[in-house]
Amino acid sequence: MASEEPAGQLRLVDLTKRFGPTGRRFGPTSRRSASSGSGVTAVDGLDLSVPAGSFFALLGPSGCGKTTTLRMVAGLEEPTSGRVLLGGEDITGLRPYRRPVNTVFQSYALFPHLDVFENVAFGLRRRGVPDVAGQVRRMLALVQLDGYDRQRPTRLSGGQQQRVALARALVNRPRVLLLDEPLGALDLALRRRMQLELQRIQTEVGITFVHVTHDQEEAMTLADTVAVMNAGRIEQLGPPAELYEFPATAFVANFLGRSNLLAGTVRGRGGDDVLVEAYGRRFSVPVARSRTLGAPVLLGVRPEKVRLVGAVEQVPDGHQWLDGTVGDAVYLGVSTQYLVRTGQGVELSVFAAADGEAPRIPVGSAVVAHWHPRHAFLLAGTDTDTGTGIDTGTGTGIGGAASAGAGSVEATRS
Amino acid sequence: MTGVRRRRLLPYLLILPGGLWLVVFFGVPAIQLGATSLYDPAGSLADGYAMTWSFGNYPDALAGYWPHLGRSFGYAALATALALLLGYPLAYVLALRAGRWQNLLLVCVVAPMFTSFLVRTLAWKAILSDGGALVGLLRDLHVLGPDGRLLASPVAVVTSLTYCYLPFMVLPIYASLQRLDRRLLAAAQDLYAGPSQVLRRVMLPLSMPGVVAGTLLTFIPASGDYISAELLGTPKEYMIGNVIDSAFLVRLDYPQGAALSVLLLGAILAMVVGYVRRAGAEEVG
Repeated sequence: MASEEPAGQLRLVDLTKRFGPTGRRFGPTSRRSASSGSGVTAVDGLDLSVPAGSFFALLGPSGCGKTTTLRMVAGLEEPTSGRVLLGGEDITGLRPYRRPVNTVFQSYALFPHLDVFENVAFGLRRRGVPDVAGQVRRMLALVQLDGYDRQRPTRLSGGQQQRVALARALVNRPRVLLLDEPLGALDLALRRRMQLELQRIQTEVGITFVHVTHDQEEAMTLADTVAVMNAGRIEQLGPPAELYEFPATAFVANFLGRSNLLAGTVRGRGGDDVLVEAYGRRFSVPVARSRTLGAPVLLGVRPEKVRLVGAVEQVPDGHQWLDGTVGDAVYLGVSTQYLVRTGQGVELSVFAAADGEAPRIPVGSAVVAHWHPRHAFLLAGTDTDTGTGIDTGTGTGIGGAASAGAGSVEATRS
Repeated sequence: MTGVRRRRLLPYLLILPGGLWLVVFFGVPAIQLGATSLYDPAGSLADGYAMTWSFGNYPDALAGYWPHLGRSFGYAALATALALLLGYPLAYVLALRAGRWQNLLLVCVVAPMFTSFLVRTLAWKAILSDGGALVGLLRDLHVLGPDGRLLASPVAVVTSLTYCYLPFMVLPIYASLQRLDRRLLAAAQDLYAGPSQVLRRVMLPLSMPGVVAGTLLTFIPASGDYISAELLGTPKEYMIGNVIDSAFLVRLDYPQGAALSVLLLGAILAMVVGYVRRAGAEEVG
């Protein structure tokens, strides 16, 4: 499931956290019940390696255990079992103030009784480091807060407070910097700016960043490696492009962007292709883009990889298609999102780029949706509904409707 | 137009009942007290007093009773310090560690107040009595000599003062610790602060308003207390409250009682202002 990564500085070995006295261990087969049930297992046997100097993102919906994982690395939460290794050294039993790790908290947690300078100097003073003033001033310059030394944090704006929190953690030169949804409280424009800022600072200081977020766009923008977490486990880990282009599970396919998932059955191999039957039609997917070769399967294709034409004759050679009618169209400026209801009862979400060439297709038109097999991917499972409850912010109503439609196909099929 | 006027008048209307109450039951008696302290000391309750602006009442009272005044503030300061030492950990546990026992423990802190102050002080008389278990134990441990006693000593008076005003110390500190953002404690730990550093650098500074309120609520009434010294001490432990009590009720020397009362009031006021200024400055710095 998880891709191979180089030996890193931060390693989590079989890390588990259960809350409450009645905590039970959920096996891999019942991991979904861990999320929907009592929710006592926050982190479930997590194995993770974060390469030194990388910008690593832990991405997942709220309650997936990503913040708990971060707190266990910081030492603020004690793992039920498992180990935390930093540079090969076991730090699982170390108190938080003895770990060479610092955190940028979601709420910033700036000390209201201290000014900006003293907030940033806090860690240095506790460790008795020389030249506190010089280091603090250099760090305030790095986060572009020169001259704010004597301000109270409560009098700063959200973005400025965020910078102070970052400076306060970074000034200690931790071996790993933990960021717990650090941009969550900022408005969109400021968040974008701070993302660039974070990237610049990470490049400048070269410290390992572990960034927890539920915002897939933020994770993809910032991180060179993203781990998608769900129900206390990692669903997939890899570079953002790999996660997006070839998701490993239905959850990832729908949490990172959107996917059309068609429930089908493998009917054999044809050369380098896996042949899939779905809704009485035959499709193929390259073997290299198949996570499974057994039946039943989910055939996935991203909405922006699907094109719409007026008639079957216009479908290019080698493309595969489903015909239907446009059920809904949402104009978004950069693209138009169509919902296509196919004759087979499945609903497809299609994003058409507004390149000025494709005409807008009115609702009710008969269309043929087609895609190239190399853009499709094949996942194990039957549940097309996974992850549709989470709106990642990119979709409007249409994506959710498509997924719900796919779910209803499931129902009619069984 | 009338609506705006009514809205402007509203704050004044709201303070009117409380303001009147204060004028009638505090302002007027305070002026009366001040006036009484300047009456001719040669007068008596039976013959009536003459207003002679006898400012000499003050030096006279001070000359006669400065040890009592000093003792009052000494005992009160000691009791306040002890209440802080006992109360802060208690408030900490109540606010941050008690979990589901919090409400029950809070009731336990307040419960003694349901009985009379007098009864509680008398209970201490039993606890500290010469034949009591505590004195026996301390004698066995040679903390006390074979004839040593706790009753009729400064120890007994300060113990009783500490006990009586402990809830007034605990509750404000509890309130300020409960308001404290626990994430700040986590942040301090994350920034290399050990437990004692977290307490000194984050928790204590942020709970200063509670500490200031608690020390004032303990020190002020403890300075004026006279029941503890009356019931658990001897005249050697008498505080200024006992002197004022006897001046008004036994010796019937109203001018002197009033002068001592005004002195006590002024001294407390001066100390409180100085203290709040310093504590306030510390909070900012």
